[in-house]
Amino acid sequence: MPRVVFAGSAAQRFTGGENEIAVEATTFRRLVLELDRRFPGLGRQVEEGMAIAIDGEIFQDAYATQLKPDSEIVLIPKIGGG
Amino acid sequence: MTVIKRKDELKVVGTRPIRPDGVDKVIGRAAFGADLAMPGMLVGKVKRSPHAHARIRKIDTSRAKALKGVLAVITAADLPNIPSEEAFMGEGPMNFRDLSRNCMARDKVLYEGHALAAVAATSAAIADEAIELIAVDYEVLPHVIDVDEAMAPGAPLLHDDLITAGVEPKPNKPSNVAKRIHFEIGNVDQGFKEADIVVEGRYTTKPVHQAYIEPHACVATVGADSQAMVWTSSQGQFMVRAYCAKLLGIEISNLRVIPAEIGGGFGGKTLVYLEPLALAMARISGRPVKMVMNREEVFRATGPTSGASMEVKIGAKKDGRITAAQALLKYQAGAFPGSPVGPGCMTAFAMYDLKNVRVTGYDVVSNRCKVAAYRAPGAPISSYAVESAMDELAQKLGMDPIALREKNAAREGTKTVYGPMLKNIGYVETLEAAKKHTHYGIKLGPNQGRGVASGYWFNVGGESSAAVHIAEDGTATVVSGNPDIGGSRASMAMQAAEVLGIPIERVRCIVGDTASIGFTFMTGGSRVTFATGLATIQAAEKVVEDLKRRAAMIWDISPEAVDWRDGAAHPAGANAGNFQPLTLKEIAEKAGKTGGPIGAEVSLNAQSPGAGFATHVCDVEVDPETGYVTVLRYTAVQDVGRAIHPSYVEGQIQGGVAQGVGWALNEEYVYDSKGRLENPGFLDYRIPVASDLPMIDAVMVEVPNPSHPYGARGVGEVPIVPPMAAVANAVRAATGIRMTQLPMSPPNLRAALRKAK
Amino acid sequence: MSKIHVTTTVNGEAVEFLCASDHTLLDVLRDELNLTGSKEGCGSGDCGACSVIVDGRLVCACLMLAAEARERSIVTIEGVANGGELHPIQRKFLEHAALQCGFCTPGLIVATKALLGRNPNPTESEARYWLAGNLCRCTGYDKVIRAVLDAAAEMRAKR
Ligand code: FES
Ligand code: FES
Repeated sequence: MPRVVFAGSAAQRFTGGENEIAVEATTFRRLVLELDRRFPGLGRQVEEGMAIAIDGEIFQDAYATQLKPDSEIVLIPKIGGG
Repeated sequence: MTVIKRKDELKVVGTRPIRPDGVDKVIGRAAFGADLAMPGMLVGKVKRSPHAHARIRKIDTSRAKALKGVLAVITAADLPNIPSEEAFMGEGPMNFRDLSRNCMARDKVLYEGHALAAVAATSAAIADEAIELIAVDYEVLPHVIDVDEAMAPGAPLLHDDLITAGVEPKPNKPSNVAKRIHFEIGNVDQGFKEADIVVEGRYTTKPVHQAYIEPHACVATVGADSQAMVWTSSQGQFMVRAYCAKLLGIEISNLRVIPAEIGGGFGGKTLVYLEPLALAMARISGRPVKMVMNREEVFRATGPTSGASMEVKIGAKKDGRITAAQALLKYQAGAFPGSPVGPGCMTAFAMYDLKNVRVTGYDVVSNRCKVAAYRAPGAPISSYAVESAMDELAQKLGMDPIALREKNAAREGTKTVYGPMLKNIGYVETLEAAKKHTHYGIKLGPNQGRGVASGYWFNVGGESSAAVHIAEDGTATVVSGNPDIGGSRASMAMQAAEVLGIPIERVRCIVGDTASIGFTFMTGGSRVTFATGLATIQAAEKVVEDLKRRAAMIWDISPEAVDWRDGAAHPAGANAGNFQPLTLKEIAEKAGKTGGPIGAEVSLNAQSPGAGFATHVCDVEVDPETGYVTVLRYTAVQDVGRAIHPSYVEGQIQGGVAQGVGWALNEEYVYDSKGRLENPGFLDYRIPVASDLPMIDAVMVEVPNPSHPYGARGVGEVPIVPPMAAVANAVRAATGIRMTQLPMSPPNLRAALRKAK
Repeated sequence: MSKIHVTTTVNGEAVEFLCASDHTLLDVLRDELNLTGSKEGCGSGDCGACSVIVDGRLVCACLMLAAEARERSIVTIEGVANGGELHPIQRKFLEHAALQCGFCTPGLIVATKALLGRNPNPTESEARYWLAGNLCRCTGYDKVIRAVLDAAAEMRAKR
């Protein structure tokens, strides 16, 4: 099962401090829906304020992105720039 | 993953052609924000607060309204009262309530220069007079500017409802701390126990302004049918459209934003200030309204980036291996939440492969203008502290500063404190190139010193659109959605030319307005060459597919049997048939017979932009009497992925260095005891001039980015990350004094030299 | 307020305009004569974006009253090229990529023209000090200085 890592306090606020969970999902969109079911509010937070790193690569928005069974998904604050 | 083209396969990428918009810019024809005039145009001006913090009891505009020639006067009462709503618009989180109150104060003014009314009149002189006639009754409140003071108990509160986010349990009282963020990996306390040597320090930086030379400027019109137009100098026409529509409650389809040429932004033009006011007054008056800030307004009411107070601690083994690192970062956000402390935390130690790291950040409001993004927002500040501490560590260990960095350098697969692994990065390559550079071996004289520092920036991708159209004569036009701040028309045209196989001179590039090209995020985050470049490449590839199809039609063979190279269709091998190549020009001439005009538009959301790393080496000489620092030599090594137009890549590096040197040595916001800015002009806010700097050697290391067919990665931001520490480390080497406060201006450095004696 | 009538020469052409007594030359160039190539970066003589040449001398147009322009010979960025042919300084700025945003560029080119008019062979440091009144926030000046020195060399060779 893909593992989701919550780096930093932005997501941990919703998870009650938990920083890593395993989630049954094959696409990123499924994953977001599942996260929101488990930790209400986290889904919106992820959609609007976060970027994700899937196996080390940063995606800003990636509904359709496929997840592998051994994928590591890290939720990080979105990044802008100057 | 994209296949990256080999360098020898590229004909246009990597060359240095004249930029397509060049001539307009050297003859004075390019039209910037303030260069548009329209018939019947009014002049708009803003009334600003003289106080750093005050309650607005009453604003009386009646005398201004009565003045002959005044056609509109507005205050917050004339604009929608926007509720709190967080949104992410591509350049960082944005709360529209705060944005609207930053454009026009409601109830309270929160900094000196805060807009609280605006007028539009038939001449500048009348507008100025009207501004004077607006009477404001203020209840002056105590103010706070410094970040540590703003966090102290009993500090004057800017917002009665600001509860610190990210703290458990939720505080029950408001404060000036908007947010606490925290990142941690490994076991930091254990790591420090294992260390043989620990360095610790406290560092502070002052707010500095982006200081683009062009002040903010716009012209707005609103028709009787509600259709509105804004001509403006900004980093994103779509940003202006979205923000203005939101702030004024108008429909996006009723608003067309035309990007003027932009005279520098560096992150400072990623927000709106004048545009909503100009639109509101154009709506009231029925006339075009032009608004242009003067330099003083730019300094008082736009930009800057945060000042900060930081603590850094690093522990290492005798051999230089770092066992633990931690940082506490407190950044000023200005009047509303939203400092770049998040990226400051994330980038602080990103150059290093560390097992045990803890970074805590605080986003703190105080009575100065709300910060705007500034080149690699947040990173130069935390890197100044971390890279100064690394220099201390190297010194204590008796190690060469590059060797210490090599020992701990982030490499393929290094896990960052904020989660993801780094991939396809070129940090070690920058260290090697710096070490090998002749600069690193040059002997130094008395009062001279050499400093080394590194830096990291994520780079971003994001939503971009580009169109490629082929004209009847076989030339091409690229339309992109990004304002061109530093030569992006050239890099778009080059990438299209590369795909089409034609010389760059046959490709033109324009920046489309919001009605003529698909949505595109702002020019910022070092994303344009990469993300909008990808859109351009893909649009050009679609055109090539179409050209092959049309050649096949002309030859009456199957499209698969057609190859495209050197700007012409060729039969693919002997079986395809024996035809003379058909050039782009020949196919374009026959477009009407083969299906009509040729063109394609691609909109995409570019992912995996590829991070940027840099290592800088700086030599200084310090005058022991005056504390004046002369930069003798500067070498900036950077992994640029692959340079599309090397001259403009070098230019980004050199410009970033110059800004960083200014930040290190001179630039700062100076406030008086009433919280008023004392240096809102270029005379007293001193940015580097030509005689302050040496030539800047920009060394490009090329570790191609696999997410882009030519290997490009963003280059605009990372060059401003290392300079402050590079200069500070050089000053320490020259004087033995560790400057823990920026700027290292002559008075500050002289005082430190005196104290050390 | 009654206006002042001024006749003068701009880029070789006789012009006349009406101005208020507190209007600067920059106001008139930009707003009355539609010569918007001269830029306003500060309005206080600190940035050089408004540089023009008046009777052979380099001047900040934002610091000169329009009324003082009477019967002078003024060169603005619009008058540097020879019709459709770029001046060598303009060409060298392009070849060296000495501009990014291009906002400082008109001022820098006019200031360079004034420099090379009085010193055809400046050293790097002379060029840097002469141009110290022209702020550029984008380039770090490296390519600007290279363009200036290269233009000087080409202009000397052509003499
Ligand atoms: S506008 Fe004249 S010097 Fe800046
Ligand atoms: S090129 Fe932008 S200010 Fe010089």
